[in-house]
Amino acid sequence: MQKRLIVNHQLLDIMVMRLCHQLIESHGDFSDSVILGLQPRGKYVAQRIQRTLASILGKQVPTGLLDTTFHRDDFRRRDTPITANATKIDFLVEGKNVILVDDVLYTGRSVRAALDAMIAYGRPASVELLVLVDRLYTRHLPIQPTYVGRKVNSLLSQRVLVEWKGEQAEEDAIWLITKTDE
Amino acid sequence: MQELSVRHLLGIKDITPQDIQLIFETADNFKDVLNRPIKKVPSLRDITIANVFFENSTRTRLSFELAEKRLSADTINFSSSGSSVKKGETLLDTVNNILAMKVDMIVMRHSSPGAPHFLSKHIPANIVNAGDGTHEHPTQALLDSFSIRERLGEVAGKRVVIIGDILHSRVALSNIFALQKQGAEVMVCGPITLLPKYIQQLGVKVETDVRKALEWCDVANVLRIQLERQQMKYFPSLREYTLYYGIDKKMLDSLNKEIVLMHPGPINRGVELSSDAADSHHSIILNQVENGVAIRMAVLYLLAQRG
Repeated sequence: MQKRLIVNHQLLDIMVMRLCHQLIESHGDFSDSVILGLQPRGKYVAQRIQRTLASILGKQVPTGLLDTTFHRDDFRRRDTPITANATKIDFLVEGKNVILVDDVLYTGRSVRAALDAMIAYGRPASVELLVLVDRLYTRHLPIQPTYVGRKVNSLLSQRVLVEWKGEQAEEDAIWLITKTDE
Repeated sequence: MQELSVRHLLGIKDITPQDIQLIFETADNFKDVLNRPIKKVPSLRDITIANVFFENSTRTRLSFELAEKRLSADTINFSSSGSSVKKGETLLDTVNNILAMKVDMIVMRHSSPGAPHFLSKHIPANIVNAGDGTHEHPTQALLDSFSIRERLGEVAGKRVVIIGDILHSRVALSNIFALQKQGAEVMVCGPITLLPKYIQQLGVKVETDVRKALEWCDVANVLRIQLERQQMKYFPSLREYTLYYGIDKKMLDSLNKEIVLMHPGPINRGVELSSDAADSHHSIILNQVENGVAIRMAVLYLLAQRG
């Protein structure tokens, strides 16, 4: 297995800061906007975005966690079972501008499931998608992100891994992992 | 990434403590789904489930049917009354005919112990035992433990007494297995004639004085007298049973501690439980019913994942 660092922690800081400013540009004071992190890994991105926005705006933007397990279209078609995570949304989605947040956008199927799962909480005014990494030319569905941290050209056999300090990693980092025959 | 160790849920005896935990964790998520404005998820939309009931049921059948619908499965219902079983068709033929209509899962209740085990050896579909005679009723035991966990935080280390007709109860046997696998202490209590002869060999305490049993326990699971299964008289009269084993509010209030009162239903009010006890703050009987749907959703979802 080969692991290549594509974004280090300083660059990731800058990237998150830029994404937050882009969000402020379109959402202003976030009075009608909410953030939903997609479980499991979008959770860390959403928390990071919420913290950074709080340091800039001086207020907490409502942030929830959305689990898409029961809405996935690959149930019974996967080799490995998926374990469900908690959905935690303490606010109404009805009429809000929702920003869905995930770490890596790959086939787009999780985002489709998330759109489906989110509707159970009400009808949002608009939905946007923020991802740290957009893997180019890998989409199975016509889904495009509104805000992108980094576009990455990768092979199907490769994997993009976003690591967070404190979550089983020493530094924030984004890696491109290539499986090799050993 | 976890999955159940079994393809069928035939009894609690066959599953591991890890399976029970996985079912509970999944049920937590489904309970959350059931409290949303839209109480439905599309997980089982390509699955057909047959509810095959050879014996009467209200709660279990409604609960399974609701769980299936909440998971978006297609369901068909079969009950032996008014069917070709009356014309002499065998169990295996009946089920094979249902399976020929492309059914993926069978939820079955039968009056013969072991009927779902027999079926599991002959058909490819996943089977959920919804009660087989006096043997096991696994989803009831799971929802009972889940309700204890919800009320008291955990099942391990708790003292649970099962009171009533232990001899004819599948709920009692499944509960004993489930509670022991989670590290709880179990006692059974009832008239000596309604306690199975070798019940101690399962590692449970035996008590015939209901007052002592209540003083010992954290949770009392009270069972109904199953007159329909009793081939002979086990006690002189229902009135006498109530006198010695009936639980009322006065008795619960006189204990110097709070206990949790459970009942799998149907309740015979005024026999094993007085109305004021069944409706008291001790009782979590309706929580059990609510949790039943979440537990059954979890079981069906996890078995469907096994395929």
